[in-house]
Amino acid sequence: MSEWLSNPVFTTWGSNTSLWSNALITLYMTFATMAFTVLVGVPLGLLLFETERSRTPWVRWVNRVVGFVVNVGRSFPFIILIIALMPVTRVIVGRVTGPNAAIFALTVAAVPFLARLIEINLREIPAGKIEAVQMMGASRAQLIRQVLLPEALPGIVGSITTTTIATIGYTAMAGVVGGKGLGDLANRMGYQSYDNVVMVATVVLLIAIVIGVQALGSQIARVVDHRARS
Amino acid sequence: MITLDGLTKVFPAPDGGDPVVALDGIDLHVEPGRIHGIVGRSGAGKSTLIRCLTGLEKPTRGRVEVGGTDIASLEGAALRAARRNIGMVFQHANLLDSRTAAQNIGHPLEIAGASRAQREQRVAELVELVGLQGRERNHPAQLSGGQIQRVGIARGLAAEPKVLLCDEPTSALDPSTTRQILRLIRDLRERLGITVVIITHEMSVVREICDDVTLLENGRITQSGSLLEVAADPHGPLSAELIPLPPVPTGIDATVINCDYGDSETLRTSEDLVRLAEQHAAEATIVAGTIETIGGRQVGRVQLALRPIGAEAASGIGREQLAQLLGELEDRGVVAREVVA
Ligand SMILES: Nc1ncnc2c1ncn2[C@@H]1O[C@H](COP(=O)(O)OP(=O)(O)O)[C@@H](O)[C@H]1O
Ligand SMILES: [Mg+2]
Repeated sequence: MSEWLSNPVFTTWGSNTSLWSNALITLYMTFATMAFTVLVGVPLGLLLFETERSRTPWVRWVNRVVGFVVNVGRSFPFIILIIALMPVTRVIVGRVTGPNAAIFALTVAAVPFLARLIEINLREIPAGKIEAVQMMGASRAQLIRQVLLPEALPGIVGSITTTTIATIGYTAMAGVVGGKGLGDLANRMGYQSYDNVVMVATVVLLIAIVIGVQALGSQIARVVDHRARS
Repeated sequence: MITLDGLTKVFPAPDGGDPVVALDGIDLHVEPGRIHGIVGRSGAGKSTLIRCLTGLEKPTRGRVEVGGTDIASLEGAALRAARRNIGMVFQHANLLDSRTAAQNIGHPLEIAGASRAQREQRVAELVELVGLQGRERNHPAQLSGGQIQRVGIARGLAAEPKVLLCDEPTSALDPSTTRQILRLIRDLRERLGITVVIITHEMSVVREICDDVTLLENGRITQSGSLLEVAADPHGPLSAELIPLPPVPTGIDATVINCDYGDSETLRTSEDLVRLAEQHAAEATIVAGTIETIGGRQVGRVQLALRPIGAEAASGIGREQLAQLLGELEDRGVVAREVVA
């Protein structure tokens, strides 16, 4: 046991091989990715939902085009997406390796995923509730702010939680572009250097983080959910 | 207050089938301050009619006028402004779960841009008006069905509309809650002078609160008028439903006839009916029936047992006598027929 705990993965800090530093990098990549993803993905989900209901031909075309782009984004294997994105990453982030480059690729992968989930959350609002507020003379902006987002909020919190957990999984692959983090540590030290202690420690820590995120997400969803429990 | 002129709504064919004619040339006029019931089976077009009144559906043809505004011709901001003059109450209330009772009630005011202070004052008034004191801060999930519908009604009234449209407001409620909600709607009409259109498939709702009633069948009006006119017309389709038939008798050894009366000048009461029957049979007894006084006029659907003069054994009257009596009743506007048990 003490032999295990003296492994540099536990005792060092700030180095490439430190469990704690890499955990912080994983958390940084995950939460930065989610900040951008929520900022882009929620409006995109709203756009998908709103354009779906329209009867105007050009709006329906917008829906089809955006829907297609989202589907393409979701069907790319992440590892291929990272490589395919490299030229764009270089322009936007300035470099193709490191955590920030990884955040860009992670965001591109997570946005379509979240957007579809948000669209599904919005569809679950009974049409009668939306119509009731339309009949009060609500504008589209009022409808979005006062009905769509608040009524779908418990579901939206769940979707953000799910996307966050998927992103944690993807950060492991981000090691490929030198993203660092727990996945990369497990790969370098555990898998390639046959250090089972590092392997087990990173996996256990990843599981703990995922459980923590899920618990937090579920708790927030419960607090904002005023629907009858069935 | 509401005028429909040749209102027609055709829905496009659902994949390859025939187009659905939901409303077919509806002409209707609702006077201010009346409670107007619209009845009809499921699929008759009731909801489509109410959706046309709020501009949620555009009519295929015809005019829809509410409070002097031609709703069908409006778009965008003008339509939104016109909608604020119309309150709406739904079968399942359609409250927002994310809002408390008070926030739901004040929602139309929020949309209209009223200040917080104005809103709070008006919500307090409405809470009192519909009897929801103490429930303001509850979310819909914490309220009973009747309380939810009270919130729905208060919300419908929040922006002080001239017209309140109710689509099956009591269909999801139990009988005693239904009576409370109907009483509330009637009270509100008395106090606020508001015009109410109430859609329902329940005749009890019509009997309880409507001044006027319109029967919709397959997108057309088949009967329309004041409750009295409609109930008193024994030939019309609604009177049978408004004044229920007595049950078929068992164990009566006599000739039994059913009589519907109400729109005759020469036969105005059940006593007139018995007197006339007694000219043809010694004994005429009302054995079952419903007699209602609507607008100071008696409308009845009764069952008479007829026995010959001095009959020892139990028996009915002769065929000839019966035919004569039925003929005479018909001459006086009574719809009568023999009941064979
Ligand atoms: N949006 C729609 N598209 C196609 N058909 C519809 C639509 N809304 C209603 N209908 C049809 O119109 C008819 C009348 O429906 P509705 O007004 O809902 O009847 P009610 O409220 O009396 O039950 C029905 O045959 C229904 O199927
Ligand atoms: Mg209906």
